[in-house]
This record gives sequence, C-alpha cells and structure tokens, in this order.
Amino acid sequence: MTQPNRVQDAGRINRSRPLTFTFNGRTFQGYEGDTVASALLANGIDIVGRSFKYARPRGIVAAGAEEPNAVLQLGASEAAQIPNVRATQQELYNGLECASTNGWPTVEFDVMAYLGKIGGGMMPPGFYNKTFMSPQSLWPTYEKYIRKAAGLGRASKQKDPDTYDHLNQHCDVLVVGGGAAGLAAALAAGEAGARVILADEQAEFGGALLHSNDWINEKPASNWVAETVARLRTMDNVQLLPYSTVNGYHDHNFLTIHQRQTDHLGETAPQGLTRQRLHRVRAGWVVLATGAHERPLVYANNDVPGCMIASAVSTYIRRYGVVPGNRLVVATTNDYAYQTAIDWANTGRQVVAVVDSRPDPDGELVAAAEKAGIRVIKGSVVYDVQGSKRVKSVSVARLSTTELSLAGSETTLDCDTVATSGGWSPVVHLSCHTGSRPVWDDDVIGFVPGPANQKQLLAGGIQGHYSIAECLAEGFSAGAQAATNAGFDKPTDLTVPKVHEPSVGKAMPLFYVPHKQPMTRAPKQFVDYQNDVTAASIDVATREGFEAIEHVKRYTALGFGTDQGKLGNINGMAITAQAVNKTIPETGTTVFRPNYTPVTFGAIAGRNARELFVPERYTAMHQWHVDNGAKFEDVGEWKRPWYYPKAGESMQDSLNREVLAVRNGVGMLDASTLGKIDIQGKDAREFLGRIYTNAWAKLAVGKCRYGLMCGEDGMVFDDGVTSCLGENHFLMTTTTGGAAHVLEWLELYHQTEWPELEVFFTSVTDHWATMTIGGPDSRKLLAELCDDIDLDKDAFKFMDWRQGTVAGVPARVFRISFTGELSYEINVQANFGMHVWKKLMEHGAKYGITPYGTETMHILRAEKGFIIVGQDTDSTLHPYDLGMGWAVAQQKPFSFVGKRGMSREDPTKANRKQLVGLLTKDPQKVLPEGAQAVADPKQAIPMTMLGHVTSSYYSATLGRSIAMGTIRGGLDRMGETVYYPMLDGSVVEAEICSPVFYDPKGDRQNV
Amino acid sequence: MLCIFCPHCGEYREEEEFSARGQAHIKRPEDPEACSDEEWGNYMFFRKNPKGLHHELWVHSAGCGKFFNMTRDTVSYEIKETYKIGEQPSVVAAEK
Amino acid sequence: MSEAAETQSEIFAQMDQVPAAGSDVIAESPLSNFHWKTTGAEAGVTLSEQGLAGHLVLRSAGNSSFEAAVEKVLGMSLPGPLQSVSDDSGRVIRWTSPDEWLLTVSNSDAFSVEQQLRAEASGHYSIVNVSGGQTILMLSGDSAEMVLMKTCHYDTHESSFPVGKVVRTTFAKSGALIRRVGESEWELIIRRSFSDYLALWLQDAAGEYGLQII
Repeated sequence: MTQPNRVQDAGRINRSRPLTFTFNGRTFQGYEGDTVASALLANGIDIVGRSFKYARPRGIVAAGAEEPNAVLQLGASEAAQIPNVRATQQELYNGLECASTNGWPTVEFDVMAYLGKIGGGMMPPGFYNKTFMSPQSLWPTYEKYIRKAAGLGRASKQKDPDTYDHLNQHCDVLVVGGGAAGLAAALAAGEAGARVILADEQAEFGGALLHSNDWINEKPASNWVAETVARLRTMDNVQLLPYSTVNGYHDHNFLTIHQRQTDHLGETAPQGLTRQRLHRVRAGWVVLATGAHERPLVYANNDVPGCMIASAVSTYIRRYGVVPGNRLVVATTNDYAYQTAIDWANTGRQVVAVVDSRPDPDGELVAAAEKAGIRVIKGSVVYDVQGSKRVKSVSVARLSTTELSLAGSETTLDCDTVATSGGWSPVVHLSCHTGSRPVWDDDVIGFVPGPANQKQLLAGGIQGHYSIAECLAEGFSAGAQAATNAGFDKPTDLTVPKVHEPSVGKAMPLFYVPHKQPMTRAPKQFVDYQNDVTAASIDVATREGFEAIEHVKRYTALGFGTDQGKLGNINGMAITAQAVNKTIPETGTTVFRPNYTPVTFGAIAGRNARELFVPERYTAMHQWHVDNGAKFEDVGEWKRPWYYPKAGESMQDSLNREVLAVRNGVGMLDASTLGKIDIQGKDAREFLGRIYTNAWAKLAVGKCRYGLMCGEDGMVFDDGVTSCLGENHFLMTTTTGGAAHVLEWLELYHQTEWPELEVFFTSVTDHWATMTIGGPDSRKLLAELCDDIDLDKDAFKFMDWRQGTVAGVPARVFRISFTGELSYEINVQANFGMHVWKKLMEHGAKYGITPYGTETMHILRAEKGFIIVGQDTDSTLHPYDLGMGWAVAQQKPFSFVGKRGMSREDPTKANRKQLVGLLTKDPQKVLPEGAQAVADPKQAIPMTMLGHVTSSYYSATLGRSIAMGTIRGGLDRMGETVYYPMLDGSVVEAEICSPVFYDPKGDRQNV
Repeated sequence: MLCIFCPHCGEYREEEEFSARGQAHIKRPEDPEACSDEEWGNYMFFRKNPKGLHHELWVHSAGCGKFFNMTRDTVSYEIKETYKIGEQPSVVAAEK
Repeated sequence: MSEAAETQSEIFAQMDQVPAAGSDVIAESPLSNFHWKTTGAEAGVTLSEQGLAGHLVLRSAGNSSFEAAVEKVLGMSLPGPLQSVSDDSGRVIRWTSPDEWLLTVSNSDAFSVEQQLRAEASGHYSIVNVSGGQTILMLSGDSAEMVLMKTCHYDTHESSFPVGKVVRTTFAKSGALIRRVGESEWELIIRRSFSDYLALWLQDAAGEYGLQII
C-alpha cells in the first residue's frame, strides 16, 4: 500500500512498524509514531468531515489541540465508541477504526451541503434560534433532525469496558508544557531539589523542538530534548507526565491533568491498566510554558481542504515525514511561515510562491527562501481560494496601504495547498482560568496573560517570546524562581545552552484579509471553522446590536464547540473590533474556562462508578439479611432490610405476615443504623436540656426518655431516645439519616455558644449492634438468653434500661418501643452482633420469631401514631403542630433551642398545618403518600389545599388502611371529612382522627 | 478547590475535608425571650453577602471536627486568615 | 474496686463489653464477611485486617489529671497534633483532635485500661469504647502509596507525611485515620459500616499493582 504523501527518511516515525487502520470504512496504513491526522494526510485524505452548519467539506488544518475539523468518532466496537477525538492528538495504533463525525449520509456526499449552498444566504447568525425555536413544542423534533444532519459525535450505547481513576498529587513546581521553555523550567526546578511535575499533552516531550531546524549546543534541537528528558528521568523528584493535558487551573493552585494512559495502545486498555487518569494536583508554584498557537488568516473560502496553518505543514513534514500536497502557496504576515516553504521545497515538491502581506520583509528566513529560489510576492495577500473538495488555485492581490482593501490587479496561482500564518496567539487559557484577564500586546500582536492571580510564573511562547534562546532562558529562570519561591536553593551549574536560529523580522498585524467584494458579499471567510462562523456573520451580529464580545460569541457561536475557538477567537475579536470601530484591547476577550480540551466522562468519574459510585454501609448483621433473602431499602448510605419475602409472597403479603408476627408473637428488627452518641461530662444533663425541647434535669440513672430536637426556628429536625447511663453519662439516639447532622449540631453549640459546659460527644453509631425484639413473646425469648437481668415487669419497666448478658455477650438492654408492643432493644459491641442475632433467631424459632424490615416497622409505628422525622415532618412543623406539645417543657429555666422560634407570630397563629390521623371511608383504599387534601373536591382548579398525606399503609393489625397527614387546623377538626383528588379524576374521602390507631392507652408496651 | 489552613491541626488541608457553615460571629442572643420577633428573625435568617472580605464559620468535618472562622475574599477566593472560635479577625474590610 | 472507682461507676456507666473467656461467642470483625479477590504472586500491595482490637476514644481539654493518668497507666504521654506514640506491646495513642486521641489496645484489655484511667483521673474527660465501630487495615507494599494517592488527597510524600504521623481525612467517599507506620507501610482505621465499601474500593485501586491479603 502506498502512502502518496510520505516523504522518504524524514520524521520521527518508526518505518519498521507499519500500522493498519480504517477511516470511514476504508483501510489505510501508517506508522508507529503517526497521529491519525498525519496518517490520513500521508494517505492523501483531503476531507475528514463536514462543517456543522453549512456542511462544507473540511480537511485537516492544524497539528495539535487547536484542530477544529478533524474531530472523529473513534472505536471499532460499540462499547469503545469515543466521540470527538482530535485526529491531530490521537496516536495511531494497529486496528484503529475511526470515522467522520459530520456528514450524512456520507462525508463525500452530504445532504446538508445542498441546503448549505442553497440556503447559505438564508442562514444568518442566529439561524437556528430564529428558524426553529418556535413553536417551542416542536424544538425536540427540529433538534433531532438537526443533530442527525450536522451534530457532533455520539457516545457509546454500551457499558464502557475501561476503568479510569483519579490520582491526588502534590508538588512544589508544576510545569505545564514540555517544549523548550517547559523542559528548561523542569530541569532547573528539578536540579534545585523541588518536587516537580512536568505535563505535556503529546506523546513526546519537546514541543516544537521535535521538528525544529535549529541547533542547540551545536547539535540538532531534538538532541537537546533527548538529553534533557533523559536527565529528568534520573531525578526521583521529577515526575514526567506525557499524554497529559493540564485542563484546568483552579483556586489556590489546584490543577487538573487529564492523562491518556493507554489511548495510544488500543481502543480498550490492556488488562489491568487504567485507560485514563485525572491527576488532581495541588502545586506550590506553577510555571506556564504552554507556548502559542499559530493563527490562520481569514480569507474567502479559507476552509477548502488544503488550507492549513503554516506551522502545521512544517510539523507534518519534519515530525511525521508527511507532505500534505504537491504545490504549495504560503500566505503570511511574518517570517515564520517562510520555514514552511523551505521545508516543503526540501521534500522536492513545488513551492509556487510565498505571498507576504508586508511590503519589505527582511528577516533571515526571507533571505534564505529567496536564496533557495522560492518566489516571494511582497505586499500581497491570498484573498480567495478556488476549489471545493481541494484547493485548485488561489487569488492573489496587492494590499492597499490602509490594509483595509485590495489594490491593483489579481493573479491566480495554481496550487493544492495554502499554508497561512497570521502570527501567533499565546496559549493564555490556563492563566485565564484563574480569573486573570489577558492583556493585548502590540509587539506580540496577541493577548498575553494578565497579572498573575496565583503562584504562577510564565516562560516562553505564552509571553509572546518565540525564539528558542528566549524560551530556554525564560524556562531556566522561571523554573529556578519557582523552586526558590517554594523554599529551595537556587540550582547551580545550569548554563543556558547556545542556540543557533535565524533572527526574525517584524511581523504585520493582519487578521482579516479584504476581498474585492465587501465582507457581506464576499464568499465565506471563515473565522471559526467548527461552528461555521464567518467574518460576515460577526459583522451582522454587531450590526444587530450585539457589540460586546461576549454577546457576539453567544449570537454567532464563535468559540463554542470542542475546540473552544483556539484558532478563531483572536481573529473574531479583531473583526469585531473593526466592525465596532474599536481597538482589540477595547473589545477584549471572551472568558476561557476549564477545560482546555474536552475530558471524557470516564476520567471525570474516575473510580466513583458502578458499585463504587455511592458507598454502601452495612450493619454487623448485614450478611444474615442477605443470606435470608431480605429486600433492602436505601436509608442514607445504609442498606437496611426492607422486608423479608418468603416464596410466593407479594410485598403486601410479607408486610402483613411481619406485622402480625410482632403484634401476636415476636419479631426482630436490625436497628443498628440509628445514630448513637455517647455524651459524658458533668454538664451533659444541662446540655441536653438546652438542645432538646423537653426536660432532662430529673431523668434518673437507668431511665430512658424520648426527646425532640428543634432548630432555632422551633421546627422539629430530629428525635430519638436518650438514656441516662450514669449521672454524668448519657447515650443519645438519633434518626438514621440525621446522625451526622445531630453530632455536628451538638458540637456547633458546644464549640461556638457554650464552650464553658463540660461535656464531650463521641459517635458510637457503628460501635453498637442494635437488635429490637418486639411482641408479646419478647420477654420470654429474652429470658431464655439472659439470666442476669430481672425481667419482671415491675423490676424492668417500660423506658428503663439494664446492663446484663445476652447470649453470653455483655449487653445494654433498653425497654423502649417504636411499635407499641412489649419490646427490648439489645445493644452489644458490634463484633458480637451477628452472634447474638443468630442466637435470638435460634431461640425465637419456637415463638415463630419473624425478622422484619423498615417497611413493617413503618406500619407498626404508624398504627401507634409515632412520627418519622423527615417523613411526617418537613421542617415547617413544630412540636405543637405534631400534637406533641407534651414533649415541650416551656418552664425550663434555659431558653432551649427552638423555644423562642416556636413562639414567633407565624408559628403561633391559628389554622396552621397540623399532623393528624386519617381514615379513608373505604377501608381498603390506601391513600397515596403526598396526596393533597381539599375541603371541596368540586372546587375549580387551583383548589385550596389543606395539607398532604405523609404516611399511608395497609394495616394488617386493623384490617384496613391507615394514614397520617397534615391538615390546616387539623387538631381541632377531629371527625371532619376531607377529600383527596387523585390523578385519575377519582376522589378519596377520609375522616380526620387521632393518629393513634391502635392500643390508644398504650397498655401493650407496659405489660 | 480551596486549600485551607486548619488552625487546630496547624496545617493546610484540602477543602474536601471542610464544610462551610455560613457567616461567622453570629452570637445567639443571651436572652432569647427578651428578643422581639424581628430581632429573633434577624438572628436566625439575616446574613451579609459582601463582595470582598467575608468572615465565615467553617468546620473541619472530616479532620479534627473543630469549628473555626475564616476571612475570605468572595471575589478572588483568597483566604486572608483562619482563626479559632472566640478570636477576633485581624483582617477586616475597610469601613465604607 | 477502689471507692473512687465505685463512685465513678455511678457517674459513668462502665461495662466490660467482651464475653467471658472461654465462652462460645463468635466474634466477627467488620471485614469478616468480605470476600477478597487477590491477584497472587508479586503483589505490589498487601492488605491485612487487624480486627477485634480494643479502641478507646480519649477526650480531654488540657486536664492535667487525665494526662497524668494516661502517663501512669499507659507509660506514654498524649501526643501532640498529628502525632502518635506507641509502646512495645503494640498499644498506640494517636492524636485526632486538639481534645481527642484514639488509643488501641487488645480488646480484652479495653475495659481494664478504661477502669484504670478512670480510677486515676479526675475532672473533665471522657473515655468511650468504640471497638465494635471500627477496624484497622494495614496497607503495605511498593505500590501502597499509589493506592493512597488514588483514595485520599492528603500529601503522602515523606516530607509531608513522615513515619509516625497521623492524619484523619477523607478516604474515597468515606473517611479514615491514617498513620504512617513505615516507609511503605500504613495503618488505616476505618468505620465498620463503611468497611465493605472501602475494601471494595481498595481492592479495585490496588488491582493494577497486584493485591495480596494476609
């Protein structure tokens, strides 16, 4: 297979390792060391995609991250599909399969191109907004069609086979960019002894030095690169990260680096390897050595395949051994592009001419080109291109002295490639991420970073300093400075190498190349290739009143897309400035935000995916629940048994069985997830009195008490039972979900308001395994396994706790009940929880012991009218609203948290929503939770809503449905009827009642 | 991602270890019952939202568990200082 | 029991939480039901659970009586910020907060140590047995530090995290108390309820280096 554009012997590719790949279904060959872009160009592929809006054929323009067109869909298998891969940055591997992102039905023949051609004039900026946005209801339909016809890549529909991870890193000096300046900076900082990370987005360090013709220390520049990298590799304190793009520069020198660890090896990572890694780096100092991107010129039809950036052409020739055409015209405003002409000529192919906008260019490269016999057309510009799928010829004319129009007659030059250079734009993005606005520099003809907001230094091209000598000197200086700033001694024995490179003459500021036609009449002059933004569309935007650059951006889409306008932004700003009669600095820039290049979702998620996405918290008895078929409910991060279905049971069957077992025999619940806080200190009791609404002063050792916790607004936010373990020692329980919050709440008041109170709080949630046995047989069961506690009903009363031994394990047993039944909560050190649980199951078998889950627990407590904070409360209800005024001790001497809040005007006014019981007229009808109550179901919408259902179940105990809910003034409306309109138009009628549906006197728990 | 000096641990830690808890130096009134509804409402709900220096209450929730105060620039996110509960800031916004 | 200790027992509930010696009670450490997937030979990472230890949280805010009690009973002083001390028997005290330390002893010693401390100390302090609530994982091997770097953001470099230092920090989406025991050996103290999740995490993070469990 021949590669028509491959040059003999040039480049850094490995010709002994040919690689096969396919593009749009056709098979090609490239070499190890190629990018997909260089391999496509080597094979003479001109068209890599269709443009977004006009569907014009597009070819490769650049050789790096700034590439707007060669954005491909990668992946042979469905699972490994990767959208929007920049062909210029994707290293070739054997078997790589890629396809154009745009182009429907094919990239060579595109339906949209006809729409684009016919409708070109009818597709002004804002076209999609103006045309398709109304009626709004049809937008999804439009969008589907537009996306299919013109959209960017697609994600895989299958599970990603690869793994990704994050690595948290710290360093003294992070050097961004591994070109001349970055390598020098890393070397200097490394020699000083600093911990250094050097990150570069390419496979190889060296940047432009890899394809430079210049000499460092009397040797080719690439030799210096090899020596320097080798030296850095020997340093333990230096970490080299190739394939690594520093994508975000965040607060306090926190930077993210996206490292593509195996993307060059194949479409999925080799077994055991992580495909991509996100480094999260906290750096002492940052050296930005990000270089510069060459700007294309804006001229008519500048998007025809074959139009490229001059430096990219050089890169392809010298680094990859690919000359992307046969006959070259160079259009430039500066000396640098002359090197491209020389490189091209050296391959033996024809340089038609260098067209230089400057009347009197005088740099060394100009002389060298002329000496090599290259025709130089001075004071002139390429203003138009002929050809559709490849450049056929260009139109050249003299530039008037005002530079705003053409002068003199035109010349047509036959060629197939146009390499343009409008100068260089420093890559200021990362500096801008810190909030620093870039500053226009007339000498640089570009924006350079503004004043540093963070511990940041600059070196090389990012400052508009492009000579290798300057880059090296600034790199050494910045690296040494960063290291000394970080507290290291200045490195010794570092001498800036000697560089042989041509001197460079003055460049001309030119962005937009005038046409014979006015801007709006001329053929399309593209500014932003990826978004099809033309000079004329910017002009239209400014005439329609969008004069601020941020508005121009949003109206025209300039700088959107996966390339974020790396090529087009400065030209766009210059054209905007011209259109509104301002200077470029007056016009300013749009804001660059992270990320610099797109990052895969995999890298963002890292290992926080699949079973590691959310932690699962288990109790000490979790394995038993799993082994016994429990269905689980997520409560916070906890996995709690929900119910334990038996074969053939519906969920309601299981719940009925579990509920009746507790009412009639004995059931057991794993209650370990309740928050538990150990409280010690002589002021513990006082503290409880301040933080709970009820009284704690007289609670005796051995007793337990239920308490409500309120915010300063008087609204309930947690509840639980607190036991007096010793005179100065309490055990507080909290809701499962509220445990962490309550502990912080106690600490907040202790640390900020009442530090004088002597009390310590320690979480013991995980320490105690808690199992609740409840039901008439629970005492008998406990007696079988506990012989050192007097279980007599008068010796061990309801709301007492005792210390003893259960199943051989030291335990605290609390006679408290959330079901209304005789009930014991057994706490043992969690290491022994499984043992005790199994013993209880074993001995309980004769009583038909039934494990029950949270759903059954919810029904049992609802039968008793016990609230669940967060379900029956929602931070708008105070204790009186809940009918729990009995739990508020207004006479306490200290104004406890919540007291003042609940006495404000609104919490004390009439007709507040209050929690009540609800009995449906049809006892089999279970109200949906969340249903809204109304007084008059025939009222016109919007109806007056009285409150909503908070809890609703079928109660097997009562043989009917029960519910709790809020009703305005509900506590004074016992016996009244309310109505719940349903989605299907039906209405459920219910009577307001006490929420205590079962055993209202509480006899059962006191037996 | 801020890098925060915990005055209790005596070193810088990552923001992930901390939780922000609103404006600092909000003292619970000594005698809540003596407060008017308006005064109590101000205590509970009304907070500053300055552009520039702000004193905030933070807690080193995943670290030592201690609360502390921070003076932070809400524009640049620069942290001027962190200091313990009960201490007064040494950096304050200029009087307007 | 001394009179002082007896009075203490009315003020603070004390309880030997460990079953009597020789009982048939089976203890389960937090990770006893976790099934590790190991990768055999030449593992870069080794994990081992040191379950069923006695963990006591000590709290004291400058109470010199309590500090003296610790020195007398344990022969070690309460360490300063981010530091740890240990003795030859393997007892370790780790600083966790300006008024909080974590003491680990054998589980069977936890009660007697608490009693001895309470007998000696007066004033304001607290001692809380949390032995059931957490477990110790020893993480070692050439790639142990890489696993930590994937899991927590604290700087593990020896200049920031020397041997003996203790750091409580976020650990994956949970937390851990981390102590550097040797150049490539780390002690992780994690909460019981998160231990299965963290084991799964560590197993995954260590996968590329090879994992062995001892």
